[in-house]
Amino acid sequence: MSITSAKSGATGISLALDNNYMEPIASTLVGSGGVATVTFNDIPQTYKHLQIRWIARNASSNSTDSFSVNFNGDIGVNYAWHWLYGTGSSVSAYGTGSQQGGLVECTSGAGAASGVFGGGYVDILDYANTNKYKTFRSLGGADANGSGGIFLMSSLWMNTNSISSITLTSNAGNFQQYSRFSLYGIKG
Amino acid sequence: MAAKTGTYTLINAGAISGTVTDVTFTSIPGTYTDLIVVVEPTAGSLADTAVQFNSDTGANYSRTYLTGNGTTASSGRNSGDTRIRLTYYGGTSSSNGIQIIHIMDYANTTTYKTVLNRCSNASYGTDANVGLWRSTAAITTVKVYCDGGGNWTAGNIKLYGIEAAK
Repeated sequence: MSITSAKSGATGISLALDNNYMEPIASTLVGSGGVATVTFNDIPQTYKHLQIRWIARNASSNSTDSFSVNFNGDIGVNYAWHWLYGTGSSVSAYGTGSQQGGLVECTSGAGAASGVFGGGYVDILDYANTNKYKTFRSLGGADANGSGGIFLMSSLWMNTNSISSITLTSNAGNFQQYSRFSLYGIKG
Repeated sequence: MAAKTGTYTLINAGAISGTVTDVTFTSIPGTYTDLIVVVEPTAGSLADTAVQFNSDTGANYSRTYLTGNGTTASSGRNSGDTRIRLTYYGGTSSSNGIQIIHIMDYANTTTYKTVLNRCSNASYGTDANVGLWRSTAAITTVKVYCDGGGNWTAGNIKLYGIEAAK
């Protein structure tokens, strides 16, 4: 069955998508030379949740690597995270607390073939609420045709402040050219 | 930061009727940042899902998966493959496999293309997948099909474009 032009109404899962429940806030495409951090400032407080979508590669010698997430410039030991990680041959689970940033996997690293960029999306839930700590979760992965991994992650920022800025920091050198990070607001 | 109205744009949709083994979206505009394919089929027979891009049937695809069935978690991969396999527990005639497929930065002409998805089949298990198409070409055609000889008999497959802020 080939489709070239049809549009139709919404059902099931698609309903929320058809109602345009997500709006773009900001996006950055990393240029020549790369950057160590990407920061989204002055985030509107008018959404229910936030989502960041990315493709990225950094200088790690491994085929996969990660980036840290900090809110409102807080680099205290106020973060915790867990992962469920598929290596391509086994599964591992890990968690840790009292960290100086949340963790998101994954980017690809320089250990992967040129052209391979990891990707994923992270949902930052109820980010403007001032009564509870902030939870964010992600699905990310990088496949490099024989290596790579896939991650389901959750992180916690132990702070009740609303989130007005987000800083993403590569955990191995710079985010390389052509990495892209896009921030969206999700309506409640 | 000023928000812009409207991110998800329905590019194309297909209602499945009869016995269908594949749905192909053609002439996809390059004006979005990511593509989302929502697969809500009713399987007529065991229907694992796979994708190919731009009619490339070469061994230029791979994937890594993570899956759990209520008892055991496992991970594996397919390398040098002719498609990106997107399900471990796909649909069956008694239990559907619902999927949301994210095709990241599909229109750039510099990087290989990374695909993420999750598939949930309530009767059998759940899985997450990351796939790679080793091509720097912009994706203009997406073929979503039943791998391994299965088919769909009802439901919808929809293609959306997500636009990033300019």
